[in-house]
Amino acid sequence: MTGEREARGADGMGRRRRSGAAGLGFALLRHRVGIVGAGLVLLFALLAAAAPLIAPYNPLAQPAPRLLPPSPAHLLGTDEFGRDVLSRIIYGAQVSFQVGIVSVAIALLLGGTLGLTSGYYLGAVDALVMRLVDVMFAFPTVILIIAIAGVLGPSIGTAMLAIGIVYSPIFARVVRGPTLAVMRQQYVEGARAAGAGRWRIMLRYVLPNIAVAVIVQATLSFSTAILSEATLSFLGLGAQPPYPSWGTMLSAGRQYMELAPWLVLYPGLAIALAVLGVNLLGDALRDVLDPRLRRSAA
Amino acid sequence: MGRYIVHRLILLVPTLLGISVLVFVLLRLLPGNVVDVFVGHEAVVSQAQRQALYHRFGLDAPISVQYLRWLAGIGHGDLGLSLRTGQPVMRDILDRLAVTAELTVLSACLAWLIAIPLGVLAAVRRSGGVDLAAHMIALIGLTVPSFWLATLLLLVTSVYLRWQPSPIWVSPFESPGTNAQQMILPVLSLSAALTAGVMRMMRSSLLDVLGAEYVRTARAKGLAGAAILARHALRNAAIPVITVQGIQVGYLLGGAVVIEQVYGLPGLGWEILNGIYQRDYPLVQAGVLCVAVGFVLVNLLVDVVYAYVDPRIRYDG
Repeated sequence: MTGEREARGADGMGRRRRSGAAGLGFALLRHRVGIVGAGLVLLFALLAAAAPLIAPYNPLAQPAPRLLPPSPAHLLGTDEFGRDVLSRIIYGAQVSFQVGIVSVAIALLLGGTLGLTSGYYLGAVDALVMRLVDVMFAFPTVILIIAIAGVLGPSIGTAMLAIGIVYSPIFARVVRGPTLAVMRQQYVEGARAAGAGRWRIMLRYVLPNIAVAVIVQATLSFSTAILSEATLSFLGLGAQPPYPSWGTMLSAGRQYMELAPWLVLYPGLAIALAVLGVNLLGDALRDVLDPRLRRSAA
Repeated sequence: MGRYIVHRLILLVPTLLGISVLVFVLLRLLPGNVVDVFVGHEAVVSQAQRQALYHRFGLDAPISVQYLRWLAGIGHGDLGLSLRTGQPVMRDILDRLAVTAELTVLSACLAWLIAIPLGVLAAVRRSGGVDLAAHMIALIGLTVPSFWLATLLLLVTSVYLRWQPSPIWVSPFESPGTNAQQMILPVLSLSAALTAGVMRMMRSSLLDVLGAEYVRTARAKGLAGAAILARHALRNAAIPVITVQGIQVGYLLGGAVVIEQVYGLPGLGWEILNGIYQRDYPLVQAGVLCVAVGFVLVNLLVDVVYAYVDPRIRYDG
C-alpha cells in the first residue's frame, strides 16, 4: 500500500486527511485573502438563504413612490415601479446562487462523467470525448451560452442548462487527467487483480484523487456561472421581469439612470462583490488544499 | 517554421468540421423547427404552403443530407437565408464582422499597451507604489463585469459630462474622427479585464524570470539592469504571456457581444443578439460560426507567433 500513500501525499490529500475538516478551516483562516472571500460568500449565501427574513420589503410589491433616492426608509432607493431596490438585491442573491449551484452541478455531472469515462476506458471513447471537448473550447464561452439559451428560449431554467452545458468540458478535462494518472498506478492494477470491480476502483481510488481539483474548479466555475447568469439576464435571455435578478435589474435601470443612478450602481456592485468573493475563496482553496495547483501567475 | 505552420493548418480541419457540426446541431435544439418560426402565428398557412417552405429551407431531406448541403453552401460563401428578410445572411455578416474586428483589435492593443509596461514596472519595482497601483487596477479589472463598467462609463459621460458621440455608427474609412469618438468607451470597457489579466501575467512571469539562474549570472557578469531586462528577461518572460493571448481573444469576442449591445454598435455580437430576439435562427447560426472560426484562426496565429518566439515549440509540435 506504499503506492497509495505516496499518491495521496503527492497531491496534498494526505495533509488534509490528517488534519480533517477543522484543519482545512484553520488553514483557510490563516489565509487572509481567503477570509475576505469566505466572508463575502457567506454574506451573500446568508442573504440568499434568509431573504424573506432580512429583506425589509416584498421584492415584487410596489408600495412606495417611483424612483425614490436612497433614504432611511429605502436604503438603496426605489425603482421605476416603486419597488425597494435593497429587497430586490437581497432576493437577487437567491437567483444568483440558485443558478450558480444548479449550473455547476450540471457541468460537474456532465463533464465529470465524460472525463471519468474518458480517463478510465481510454481508446476510442477517450479520443471521441476529447475531440468533443476540443471543439467546445473552440467557441468563446459567452457566445455559446447566449446562442444555446437564446435558441432554447429565454428563462432562468434554460440559462442554467446553457451555462451547465458550456462549462462541462472544463470539468471533463479536470477529471480526466488525474483519472488517467491514478489508473496507471500499481495499486489500481493490484486492486483489479484482486477482483475489484469498475465501481469499486472508481469510488475507492479515483474519486479521492480527483476531489481536490474538482472542488477548486467548481468554486471558480461558480463565480463565472454567476457572472454568466447576470450577463444573460442583462441581455434579456435569462431571468425575466419582474423576477429580481441582478442582471435584469441593471438592464431595466439603464433606462432611468439619468434620474436614478442608484438603479445601475447597486445591482452591478452586488454582482462584482459576489464574483470577487467567490474568486478569492476559490484561489484560497486552491492554495490551501493543493500547493501543487498554485498558479505562478497569482 | 513552414512545416510547423502546415502541420497546424492540417490539425485545423477536424476542429473546423467539429465546429460546423456543433453549430448545425445548435439549430436542432430549437423547439419545433425553423418553418414554424417563419410562419409564426399566421394560422392561414395551408399544408401545401408549409410543404413548399420545408422544401425551400431544405428540411424535407434526411438530416445528414441537410448537413452536407449546408456545409457545401458554406464552401460557396452561402451561409443560409435570413428568416426575416429571405436574403442571404452572408453580406450582412461581413459588414458586422468589420465592426467587431475593429472593436476587439483596438481593445487588445490598448490592453497590451497599458498592461505590458505596467506589469514590467510592477515586477521591477516590486512592492512599490506602481506595484500597489497595478494590484488595484488588476483587482478592479477582473472583478467589475464589463457591462456594468460600460453602463457606468455611459452614465458619467452622457449624464454628467454631457458628451455623446453620434449614435449612428460610422466606418473609420468614412470619418476616422467620428469613428474614434464612438469607439473610445466601448474599447475602454472591453479592454479593462484583459488589461488586468495581461498585467498580472506579465508581472509574475517577469518575477519568475528575474529570479532565474541565468539572470543572476548576467548580473554577476556586471551587466546593467536595463541590459538584463532587454536582452535576457523580457523575451523569456513574454512566452507565457503570449500563450494565453489566444484564450484572451475568446474573452474579448464574448465580451464584445455585451459591449456592442450596451453601446448599440452594429457588430457581430449585436447581430447575433438581434437574430435571437427576432428568432432569425439562420442568422444566429452564421454569426456563431463566424465567431468560432475567427477565434480558432486567432489561436492559430498566436501559436505561430509563440513558435517564432520560442523555437523549442516548433520541434515538439
